[in-house]
Amino acid sequence: MAEGSDRKLNVVGVPRRRVDGRAKVTGQTRFADDLTLPRMLHCKMLRSRLPHARIRGIDTARAAAAPGVRLVLTGADTPIPYGILPVSQDEHALCLDRVRFVGDPVAAVIADSEEQALAALDLIAVDYEPLTTIADSEQALATPEPRIHEYGDEANVHKKVAFDFGDVDEALAGADRVFEDVFFYEGNTHLPIEQHATLAAIDPDGKLTVWSATQTPHYLHRALTKALALPAAHIRVIATPNGGGFGGKSDPFNHEIVVAKAALVTGRPVKICLTREEVFYCHRGRHPVLMKFRTGVKNDGSIVAVHLDTLLDGGAYGSYGVASTFYTGQLQTVTYKIPRYRFRGCRTFTNKPPCGPKRGHGTPQPRFGQEVQLDKIAVALGIDPAQLRLQQLVEPASLTANYMRVNTIGLGECIHQVVAGSGWKERRGKIVSNDGMARGLGLACSAYLSGAGLPIYWNDLPQSGVQLKLDRSGGVTAFCGATEIGQGSDDVLALCVAEILGVPPFDIRIITGDTDLTPVDLGSYSSRVTLMMGNAAIEAATRARDLIAPAVAKKLGVPAGRLVFAEARVFDSEDPERGMTWQDAVIHGEAMHGTLGTTGSYKPPMSAAKYKGGGVGPTPTYSYSASVIEVAVDRATGWIEVVKVWIAHDIGRALNPVLTRGQVEGGVYMALGEALMEESAFRRLPPKLSGALVHKMPSMLEYKSPTTFEMPPVETFLVEQPDPRGPFGAKEVGQGPLLPVMPALANAVFDAIGVRIDEIPITPEKIIRALAAKDRRYGPSKFPEMTWPEALKVAPPWEGGDGTASNDKPKKPRMARPGEEGGPPIRPEVRR
Amino acid sequence: MMRCPPFSYRAPTTVDEAVRILAGEGPRAMLLAGGTDLVPNMKRRQQTPPVLVSLRRVAGLREVTADGASVTVGAGLTLAQLAAHPLLRPWTAFGRAADSVATPHIRNAGTLGGNLCLDTRCNYYDQNYEWRKAIDFCMKRGEGGDGWAMRNDAPQGSVCWVAPGSKRCWAVSSTDSAPALIALGAEVTLCSTAGKRTIPLADLYRDDGIDYLAKRPDELLSEVRLGDPSGWRSTYWKLRRREAFDFPVLSVAAAVKLASDGTVLDARLVFGAVASHPVVALAAQKLVGARLTDEAIDAVAAEASKHAKPLDNTDFSLGWRKRVAKAYVAGALRELRGDDPSLLGPHARRAAALRPF
Ligand SMILES: Cc1cc2nc3c(=O)[nH]c(=O)nc-3n(C[C@H](O)[C@H](O)[C@H](O)COP(=O)(O)OP(=O)(O)OC[C@H]3O[C@@H](n4cnc5c(N)ncnc54)[C@H](O)[C@@H]3O)c2cc1C
Repeated sequence: MAEGSDRKLNVVGVPRRRVDGRAKVTGQTRFADDLTLPRMLHCKMLRSRLPHARIRGIDTARAAAAPGVRLVLTGADTPIPYGILPVSQDEHALCLDRVRFVGDPVAAVIADSEEQALAALDLIAVDYEPLTTIADSEQALATPEPRIHEYGDEANVHKKVAFDFGDVDEALAGADRVFEDVFFYEGNTHLPIEQHATLAAIDPDGKLTVWSATQTPHYLHRALTKALALPAAHIRVIATPNGGGFGGKSDPFNHEIVVAKAALVTGRPVKICLTREEVFYCHRGRHPVLMKFRTGVKNDGSIVAVHLDTLLDGGAYGSYGVASTFYTGQLQTVTYKIPRYRFRGCRTFTNKPPCGPKRGHGTPQPRFGQEVQLDKIAVALGIDPAQLRLQQLVEPASLTANYMRVNTIGLGECIHQVVAGSGWKERRGKIVSNDGMARGLGLACSAYLSGAGLPIYWNDLPQSGVQLKLDRSGGVTAFCGATEIGQGSDDVLALCVAEILGVPPFDIRIITGDTDLTPVDLGSYSSRVTLMMGNAAIEAATRARDLIAPAVAKKLGVPAGRLVFAEARVFDSEDPERGMTWQDAVIHGEAMHGTLGTTGSYKPPMSAAKYKGGGVGPTPTYSYSASVIEVAVDRATGWIEVVKVWIAHDIGRALNPVLTRGQVEGGVYMALGEALMEESAFRRLPPKLSGALVHKMPSMLEYKSPTTFEMPPVETFLVEQPDPRGPFGAKEVGQGPLLPVMPALANAVFDAIGVRIDEIPITPEKIIRALAAKDRRYGPSKFPEMTWPEALKVAPPWEGGDGTASNDKPKKPRMARPGEEGGPPIRPEVRR
Repeated sequence: MMRCPPFSYRAPTTVDEAVRILAGEGPRAMLLAGGTDLVPNMKRRQQTPPVLVSLRRVAGLREVTADGASVTVGAGLTLAQLAAHPLLRPWTAFGRAADSVATPHIRNAGTLGGNLCLDTRCNYYDQNYEWRKAIDFCMKRGEGGDGWAMRNDAPQGSVCWVAPGSKRCWAVSSTDSAPALIALGAEVTLCSTAGKRTIPLADLYRDDGIDYLAKRPDELLSEVRLGDPSGWRSTYWKLRRREAFDFPVLSVAAAVKLASDGTVLDARLVFGAVASHPVVALAAQKLVGARLTDEAIDAVAAEASKHAKPLDNTDFSLGWRKRVAKAYVAGALRELRGDDPSLLGPHARRAAALRPF
């Protein structure tokens, strides 16, 4: 399906400014909050000041009578639940009868000005009955009542999963050594520069249009259809360019539904732009995860089995949490050979903003644990950590114990590159410095998806569609539902079409993320856009080329197979003088076929994992990364400085190397923030005096993330081994390069001063405490005792398995029917 | 987005006119200089003055004048102007402190007067109105008479959440320039309709997170005076998570006057961001008569750092900040002794990067 990698490429691989770069650097990109419409009203939401309470009553009369106020909405106005996953329809745009965290929206005021809306919020009286505050996972396990939600696997446990891929106990019993480690990874948030904003308006024909800073216009379209009980055909969602997303704009949000509802009621445009504090309440960021690894190895370092338990603090709602739970286990197998694998995961509900997908979705936490533990194993066995990894890399074109299909794997080359670049062999453990700081090197690797294999709701449809319109002007317009969130997806779309049709990418008009105009693409998440949209774009462009070629061939009198589309011309490969301009070629095509338009679509290959839960983890192809980090640590104060980062990424093919490197460096930047300082920390006031549980620092000043001063030099190596499943051989780069950084940094700290920090973030305080500790370690000491459901038993491929579980009757996926969860709503009567 | 509460705006052109307005309006009026502290506080409803008296048009607050070996610095000068001012070079600690505030944008707007009168800070207080509602507010209530919060009958807290048993507020003095200027022996002039008074800068501060200034609301801080710098060396070390944006969570201003043979003739150490006021460590006097040997430095560092009693209301943990206090005093004194900062570890490098010693 993908375009052959042997073809000469003119646009692919050429470093070039992005097609949307000019608008961005000159400040002309119009983000959601830049939009204004005549007679527009402003919305502000009243949020819960209690972490957990029942709502006894809400009195909005005074607010409704306040100056400038046009409408006050409460939960009763938006009673239909929604949520991103069909299995977690647990959100209401405004809380019905229960608030579940400080920041949960209770009411909305719509007024002539933002000031008036804000002033009226304080006039709303809410009568609350406080409930017990549940602050973290361990408290959630220990507190069955009150339940934060009525649904879920048990009490305050949202989801528990358990898998045995082969007999792990037997393998561990036969191992030469078994290493057991407990790690903790604190939660953190996306921190996009742009706060969420949404504008909703009613078209003259009565239909609703919603402009929103969303990564997933298609899913938002579905959620609005459900929550507002409107026909999908009467709702148009336009995803405005996002000023950063990172996963924080991929759920449908309460404020989006609220302004849409308000526009429907008032008939006027209604806008909301969240404050930074409110963005912290939208959250859906990294889950705090406690995890325990038991890994059995032979004396030569080869892994015989891994047993991983994870405990996720999910916050107050489901969000993507069920998927996140699976992701804390499913990708541990795709880097090193793991013959047998047990994974058990548990997600709890707590009274904090809901966690969800952040860059790397569910995988950075266990990746940190696994890579730090491998470093410990290497040290204990006296094996070079790079060698320990190289000697047991997963084979290309193979299945893992949990039936993830690995296609190409460039990880070995990645390791070689960073080892050579950093002087690993000569310098590790031997760096001397005269500035009073101890220096060290650490290494770690990782893998990530190039797009999730399955959509979030069951369906058998393409996951990305591209439509092309060409006409006699020579103009080409590419339409796709994909969303530009800063990652460069518009550029990839232009590039793929330009490469095939032989026109400059800057000549292509791009229309994306508009549910009225563009074919469906599932959205900018799971690093899926380049691969899926790219393949769809190549298919559409190839079809266009195949329409035009015969017309040109006829005119020129050469066989169509000899034609070359390049440099805005179509010409005979054997006599390049013989040809015509691109515009003339389109004119001949239009004359031959009539109005020109083509489509292309993409659907990932079938997964080999047929057991229940096996839908999370498969992808058309995995990307791989390896990193070496050099740190300097001050023993007196524990102060850490990152001296340099070397990172290699298996990109398959760098479509636009400028953007590819930008993504790698951006991933490293975000990862260093997580590794060193970012924390979604909460404050529980003394329970005797107060039930309060608040985000400790919901501001960009006090939620610390690095500045340019803290950013070290980064040396990036792009490993290009084209993958036949990717467009022109490309894999993902948006998320993968973040993953090896946190463990590489922890391993470097060990190399520098001989202490283990088994917890993220790695702060000076923790270094000092580890230096003082008997075991020279800082981190959690134990994983709580808990009961697990009976594990699904799936025999690994090399033990005669077929991808199904012996104790599960796999259900055949089918399309949800109208009215069912995940299915389209039953079409309500359309009123005229 | 966050919006300011309503206020009326006065724009006097002279100091006399400004203090007359202050006297007439009473405590409901507040001076507005660069606004980089006050405006965010208004958006968060920590301070809700119904009247703002802008200093933007007031002439005569933006000069540095030399008077023999000493200088007088106008309170309306921006931190960027101060950090770059050639006449202020000899007072290294001051230049470094000014240069370490916030970001270039904020230093282009923020003034010396505003920095010295900066509201005290606390993780329970520097939060939005909605956030503070969730903790039932705290003892440090917004000033500003019949401001926005009062008009809406917003509750005001009575507890200090940092130390719930305490009767006082423990918000932290977070100005960078004050510890440096105190270590340099600066004096400030306060003007009101009742006339002018000049006091040592150290006396401007009170050990109370709420009532942190010994300045009446009707007084305007017009200038800072720095004495003869001959023989003095000074430095300013600021602990913060990141090298931009962040307020200090501990700072050490150190100044020593050395005889030509290296004997200490006078010494001052001042901590910032460890209490509700800049803390003068008298232990510095123990250096007088000695030389800056490793032993002398370490002994004074150990004793002086006992004055630093941070609480858990800033970034980083208090135990760690306390520990670092000692390392900071020792490092700053070594730098003053003439040790190469590039060999003194990360904190020295960060301090020296602000401005060459
Ligand atoms: C992101 C951020 C980071 C910051 N980081 C730092 C930092 O690292 N270190 C630091 O010290 N500060 C920091 N600040 C605070 C502030 O920017 C500076 O302290 C600045 O110098 C304040 O000056 P201003 O002119 O803007 O004060 P304003 O906001 O105008 O005023 C502050 C206070 O002083 C009073 N005032 C102003 N001028 C006078 C006068 N002449 N006489 C009497 N009273 C007066 C005002 O009434 C008000 O109460 C930061 C601020 C922000 C927003």
